Amino acid sequence: MTSPLEQKKIKIAGPSIVTANRTWDGAVIYRTASQGWSSELDQAAIVRTSDDARALLAESVADDIGAVGAYIAPVEITGNGKVEPGNLRELIRRSGVTIGLPAIGLPMQV
Amino acid sequence: MYAYDEIDRTLVNERVAEFRDQVKRRLSGELTEDEFKMLRLQNGVYLQLHAYMFRVAIPYGTLSSKQLRRLAHVARRYDRGYGHFTTRQNIQFNWIKLADLPDALADLAEVGIHSMQTSGNNTRNVTSDQWAGVAPGEIEDPRIWSEILRQYTTLHPEFSFLPRKFKFAITASAHDRAAFRIHDIGLRLHRNEQGETGFEVLVGGGLGRTPFIGKTIKPFVHGRDLLSYVEAIMRVYNQYGRRDNIYKARIKILVHELGVETFAAEVEEEWQQMRDGALKLDHEVVEDIRSRFFYPAYEKLPHMPDELRKAAQDPKFEAWRTNSVFPHKVQGYSIVTVSLKPVGGPPGDATADQMDALADLADKYSFGEIRVGHEQNLALPHVARRDLPDLWKALDKLGLATPNVNLVSDIIACPGLDYCSLANARSIPIAQELTRRFANHDTANLIGRLHINISGCINACGHHHVGHIGILGVEKNGEEFYQITIGGRADEQAELGTLIGPAVKYGEVADVIEDVVEAYLALRARPDELFVDTVKRLGVEPFRERVYATR
Repeated sequence: MTSPLEQKKIKIAGPSIVTANRTWDGAVIYRTASQGWSSELDQAAIVRTSDDARALLAESVADDIGAVGAYIAPVEITGNGKVEPGNLRELIRRSGVTIGLPAIGLPMQV
Repeated sequence: MYAYDEIDRTLVNERVAEFRDQVKRRLSGELTEDEFKMLRLQNGVYLQLHAYMFRVAIPYGTLSSKQLRRLAHVARRYDRGYGHFTTRQNIQFNWIKLADLPDALADLAEVGIHSMQTSGNNTRNVTSDQWAGVAPGEIEDPRIWSEILRQYTTLHPEFSFLPRKFKFAITASAHDRAAFRIHDIGLRLHRNEQGETGFEVLVGGGLGRTPFIGKTIKPFVHGRDLLSYVEAIMRVYNQYGRRDNIYKARIKILVHELGVETFAAEVEEEWQQMRDGALKLDHEVVEDIRSRFFYPAYEKLPHMPDELRKAAQDPKFEAWRTNSVFPHKVQGYSIVTVSLKPVGGPPGDATADQMDALADLADKYSFGEIRVGHEQNLALPHVARRDLPDLWKALDKLGLATPNVNLVSDIIACPGLDYCSLANARSIPIAQELTRRFANHDTANLIGRLHINISGCINACGHHHVGHIGILGVEKNGEEFYQITIGGRADEQAELGTLIGPAVKYGEVADVIEDVVEAYLALRARPDELFVDTVKRLGVEPFRERVYATR
């Protein structure tokens, strides 16, 4: 889970998406194919080449009002075509903390 | 408690108004993120994995009950009903919305709380001993000088854009509870041979990627010269500190690269030109600051009141009393450490309900005052010993009476990968599992004083370098691994820990720590030889053999 903040060169090793945080409340969001943002991972635009990833990131970063801190993150495509987070960091961002917290119910199991 | 004056109130209120306008312009797009980021950092607002994180300053770890209630209100109204007390005596809220921040700040400002300079390349919260003003044998209350430094460094025009963050800590007792040796400037109040009170000045302490214990550059500086001497240090840092590489920009790197003698000489040369200037502290100024601190009107009370004698029959109360209650400088009173390390809980967290209830208890039993320690526990500094039984019952009902202070399950942990965008691995679940493994009170007492520190990345917010046992999360091929160090200490004999071997997987950490502890129990020379002393005596090899024999 090397911090994406330390991404220096954009090289992807598999299917990837662009994710960010929503500006007004910091919620996790994903760049869609229709140049918008969604809080649902399965609506994220998936890229498979480094050039496409760069282009999607550049477009996301330019949308500075709605989103902040955009970066490229890996995903896994399951056998039935479902999009899942590609590492623990993104799993935590999508699903929440892995620990029990007061008032917000049971923790996510990892 | 330091009482704000009109200048303090105006400063905080103006800052709230300024930030409100900045947020408005950010949300409208008038400010880009690049323009806004530095502004939000200067107000303690980070972007983390799930949300913004809001870091609120608790200067030198002192809170009034009114302030604690307001923190509870912020947790409840603007966050998810809890807050996290940090290793720098601050509190963090993990789910705050940017759009709500101006209102949250305004609510805090009403009770004299702010978030200025809790992030960014400026001077951060000045931290101190959570027992300041009440510790037996203390030279004098270090919070007076912490407040002087706080006022001096807040919005300082020359030092608001330093090469990197800058941290002060001040201690005034023989036993250091402020970890002053691992700060950029660490100050130790003491008396010289002439009986005068002044400061030993250490520079260049710090953890992270390149940990260093601070070096003494001046064994004694009079209080009247504190600000001029500090300014001299910061001018040398501001001038020579690197700005080309954030990993080499802290003052510790400068001290290391110049050498402590050269650095000290540079500071001395700078200081000699300014020592008798505007920064020379008048006695009246110091006394004015001192007068703005609240000190209770203590009663004359017996050391062993009847209430305490009777309650001692209860083994559960006694277990808590012998663990969490500490001597006070005034007879008949005690300092009570309130553990925020329940078995299976995230270290350092408190719910809004707990904060409110603790504020009520502080009003009833501690003259309305609460302290925050860097080890992520709280303290009630003025508890009459006759009130200990009733206080304990109330704390126990709140889940705040775990008798594990300074023991193996009193773990310091950063938020880690569950929250932090810098993290490589999780820290809180490791801490939770360890508290479960070592939940047995008798076992913990048998082990004795043992500090475990956990960091989710090399930035070391959990102070793992100076843990008796340090645990550092790293990432290898997408998996969480943990390096284990032993033999560190954060007190007046501060030392960095030593790695015992290759990193171990997430699922193995608790087993490894149990092995380390078992090795200690087998190797210690006497039951009262502390873990850290056994390591110092024997080195890491016997522990390494034990841990890695079957791995």
